[in-house]
Amino acid sequence: MDLNLTPEQRQFRDELRAWLQSNAPSPWSGSKAEEEKGPYFEYLRNWQREVSEGGWAAISWPKEYGGRDAKLIEMAILQEEWARAEAPPLINSLGLYLIGPTIIAVGTEEQKARFLPKIVSAEEIWCQGFSEPNAGSDVASLATKATLDGDHFVVNGQKIWTSLAHVADWCLLLTRTDSNAPKHKGITALLVDMHSPGVAVRPLKQMTGDASFNEVFFDNVRVPVANALGEVNKGWQTAITTLMNERANLGAGTYVIFKRNLDELIERVRQTKRVQNPLFRQKLAQAYVELEVFRLTNMRSLTRISQTGVPGPEGSILKLQWSEFNQRFAQTAMEALGPHAQSWGFDGGRWVFNYLRARANTIEAGTSEILRNIVAERVLGLPKSY
Amino acid sequence: MDFDLNKAQKLLQQSARDFFARECKPERVRELMATDTAYDDGLWRAMADQGWTGLIIPEEFGGLGLSLVDLIAVGEEMGRACLPGPFLSTLWAAALIDRAGGEGQRKLYLEPIAAGDMKATVALLEADADWNPESVQLRAEKEGKDFRLRGRKEFVTDAEVADLIICVARGNDGLVLAPVVKGAKGMKIDATPGVDASRKLYSVEFDDVVAPEADALAFNTRTLDAVESATAIAVVALCAEMLGVMQWTLENAVEYAKTRQQFGKPIGVYQAVQHQLADMFLMAEGARSALYYAAWSVSENDPSAKLAVSVAKACCSDAAREVGNRGAQVHGGIGFTWEHNLQLYYKRAKASEIMFGDANYHREEIARKVVDGDEG
Repeated sequence: MDLNLTPEQRQFRDELRAWLQSNAPSPWSGSKAEEEKGPYFEYLRNWQREVSEGGWAAISWPKEYGGRDAKLIEMAILQEEWARAEAPPLINSLGLYLIGPTIIAVGTEEQKARFLPKIVSAEEIWCQGFSEPNAGSDVASLATKATLDGDHFVVNGQKIWTSLAHVADWCLLLTRTDSNAPKHKGITALLVDMHSPGVAVRPLKQMTGDASFNEVFFDNVRVPVANALGEVNKGWQTAITTLMNERANLGAGTYVIFKRNLDELIERVRQTKRVQNPLFRQKLAQAYVELEVFRLTNMRSLTRISQTGVPGPEGSILKLQWSEFNQRFAQTAMEALGPHAQSWGFDGGRWVFNYLRARANTIEAGTSEILRNIVAERVLGLPKSY
Repeated sequence: MDFDLNKAQKLLQQSARDFFARECKPERVRELMATDTAYDDGLWRAMADQGWTGLIIPEEFGGLGLSLVDLIAVGEEMGRACLPGPFLSTLWAAALIDRAGGEGQRKLYLEPIAAGDMKATVALLEADADWNPESVQLRAEKEGKDFRLRGRKEFVTDAEVADLIICVARGNDGLVLAPVVKGAKGMKIDATPGVDASRKLYSVEFDDVVAPEADALAFNTRTLDAVESATAIAVVALCAEMLGVMQWTLENAVEYAKTRQQFGKPIGVYQAVQHQLADMFLMAEGARSALYYAAWSVSENDPSAKLAVSVAKACCSDAAREVGNRGAQVHGGIGFTWEHNLQLYYKRAKASEIMFGDANYHREEIARKVVDGDEG
């Protein structure tokens, strides 16, 4: 057991920290309205271009595709440093963390050469078309249809909860290509140009007032057969690769953001008489305990993944931990701040925003119920319930 | 970064698991629980032969000189076996002697402890049952070259079987650590039957017990530090036991859910049951993370060690109780019977939750550090 960074890891961290210090732009102060490709979008896109030129955008990718062959621990260091520097997020996160790795894993050489560089530079923004109105947790029951017509597929159907679709140039789309096969065996993953005729995007306004999700409609959209990612009718394997990456990548950066929230809440409570109230003291200490457990479990997962080489059920465990922690924490903050907490004018509305935004944490990227099923079946070896 | 037991520690853990499966079967645990002291001399000797009575005692005193991380590898297996007897009490006393004792005292006590020839315990709590050593009131009056111990200690673990009791007392200049040997004149030991019969509790009356000043382990401010750091070691060892208790409960509940049939199917197929078990797993894994970090930071003398120990005890206390509750729920009626071994672990979890302060106690410790910014 040794929790210290190696000299190489420390050097990596110091180099990155120095780069961020001299290159991270000042925080965005204007409106973050995401309905269109406005100034905030361009600000983020420019930032990712600079990050990619500095060689920090896709560090876990192989060198030949613009990465650094970075190990998971370096990914964790990167996320931590990012959060620590309060550097803006990378706009093409779905491309960098989910879709890019999937293309690297199962894509053709032509697809890799065509798509990967523009993911890194954010020249092309990606979204992920998995969920449908009637295919949420049960993604494999999706109905969006792709019918072969010569050297093209013709796509018809609807996706929902599609983050970034309103600004995306490309979509990793799961489609049904064989309606007669068992549901997991008739799916094909397609790389779809969002500018194709027949694609329509409608933003969905959320409880917070933001609109970062969308509905996407496909009406006779033509997609070249060469844009199938992985084999035709074997899209479920492609999807699993993506979902594993999705859950394996939530961790170190999230911790730093939560820790900052807790520190700032404690600072706020210190200014009130509540700091002496045992009830609040217990709740703040409990938040500290849970956050520590999340940080440490994340470190144990990194150790295990670096030993075994593949992301396993660890991602499901961490996702359960952080999502449920954040909901409890958001409630603690609402209680500890009293009537101020509800105000959009207090601390820029961050506490009320976090309270509302946290509600989705146990639903997005795998509901807590699905994740508990995964833990029960894949970790504990219980029989499948469905 | 490597946040896991290393290969040697995993081997040590496996050999401990095999050892206890052989030497400390549930039937034997039940027999020992029914005795006055829950002590088995043969088992103690066998543990001493493995070197475990001196696992973290320095090699110069005949111990193995291993680290706290090595200790938790074995400690988890002690919990899994629901090991009865004075291991934890003796470890606590040994850690206190190692920190507070002079060279001669360390040799005098640590050598026989490491060899398995001496069992020991620490008398800390009093009627107010406050784990904070600063609330100790039992008097150590100076008379000539002796201290006279006057007062009563409560919830002293394994006092009856202990050859040596370190009494934490209050002198004129602060805390006094007085070693009192078995059968000392004026010392009276009464059993306090508690929820967990695998670790016996006692009330110990000190009625003018003479303790030569020269024998006292340390004086003044150093004493408090020694008590706190020795207790931190015992808390980590207890948390390791608690993790073993959770593992036993989880594994047995999973096994039961796979075999128990209702409505024509194993109950583990139903999500209501699956999610109880998934939660038990999450709680045990969280406890493991907190435990490993506490053991590592104490063994590295990390500045955050005290905080890490409180985090571990708060986490393990809540988790051990709740894993027990869920485990009992999954077992249904059979888990409520005297006959099923679940009750042994359920009770051990409850007593362990209380020992050295429960989650509420440690959360207040944490609040003092992270909310008030108290570095001490």
